[in-house]
Amino acid sequence: MNEILLIAAMAIVTFIPRYLPFALSERLRFPKLIQDALQYVPVAVLTVIIVQSSFFQQRELQLSGSNPYLWAVLSAFIIARLQKNMLITILTGMAVFVLARWWLM
Amino acid sequence: MSEQLINADNSPLPSPTPGQTFAQGALISLPLIIAAIPFAIVYGALGEALQLSFWIVIALSMFVFAGASQFIALNLMAIGAQFPIIVFTVFLVNLRHTLYAMTLTPFLKTQSVWQKVAMAFSLTDETFAVVVNRATQNKQHLGWFYAGSSLLMYINWIFWSAMGFAVGAQFPKLQHFGLDVAMVVAFTGIVVASLKTSSHWYCMIAAAIAAVLTYHWPYQLGLLFSAFFAIAVGVFSERSSKKTNSQLQEEQV
Repeated sequence: MNEILLIAAMAIVTFIPRYLPFALSERLRFPKLIQDALQYVPVAVLTVIIVQSSFFQQRELQLSGSNPYLWAVLSAFIIARLQKNMLITILTGMAVFVLARWWLM
Repeated sequence: MSEQLINADNSPLPSPTPGQTFAQGALISLPLIIAAIPFAIVYGALGEALQLSFWIVIALSMFVFAGASQFIALNLMAIGAQFPIIVFTVFLVNLRHTLYAMTLTPFLKTQSVWQKVAMAFSLTDETFAVVVNRATQNKQHLGWFYAGSSLLMYINWIFWSAMGFAVGAQFPKLQHFGLDVAMVVAFTGIVVASLKTSSHWYCMIAAAIAAVLTYHWPYQLGLLFSAFFAIAVGVFSERSSKKTNSQLQEEQV
């Protein structure tokens, strides 16, 4: 019973931040500043997630060639600049990760 | 296959039906959805390793449907954290979705309340990235496109959470196959595709620096702070470059 309540509460607090802007949009228009700011959301949020999960290993900053995640992100970045196919970007990044890991072992 | 669809989409005639647009949404999202599979497996396996029941692990995937907060919720439940702490942490971790929803709001003027409820419930990093990119090019049947993307993501996430629970103890081996890196390189692809002006580059660099400096902040508050900081840098550099351009034009006149 307690677990059902807990899951229901978690469902509600994940739903509210997702729905609130949709609900408010009927009543208010975002000012120009916020409209300008929103186009930076994908780059800003995803870069933070990428950096925090690849620059750090075992909760320590690892900005060296011995971190295979860095090689994966770097190669994915370059390949994505060269062509637009997302699947090729992902497969290249994963292949470089496996190679770097094998090479570094 | 997906490239054919993108090309067909760019040609003016004939315009795709809702069903075709739904399928496009699913297809264009497919690489990102596949990249989410390892995360779902690791999530399910973690639930098994922490000795939580199958139904709790799957109910979170079905009703919360937000990867990062599900991971944290499992960990907190396993250490017996207090009810309000779990709920509040889950809330904080998902605040970035508010930014996503705000970004999508201008494109969803024609949607009904219930469509918006369904869209909000199924909003993820992956669907957001694909839909926001689509919305700037083609707004026709955007709701169907969204539904195709998010429904496939939803089914995929629940299915692989369950599979992860089933494989359980073998999950640490996944790392050796490089599967846990799939999501990170997928996000890298999205970021690169979004780098349209120099302001986007400044935003990315600011985000990277702030992410390093705030890494140890609790409850992913560092993520929120860094995102806001990077957005501010993007807006500031956009405005100052516009100012410089208009000043130059004035001087020329």
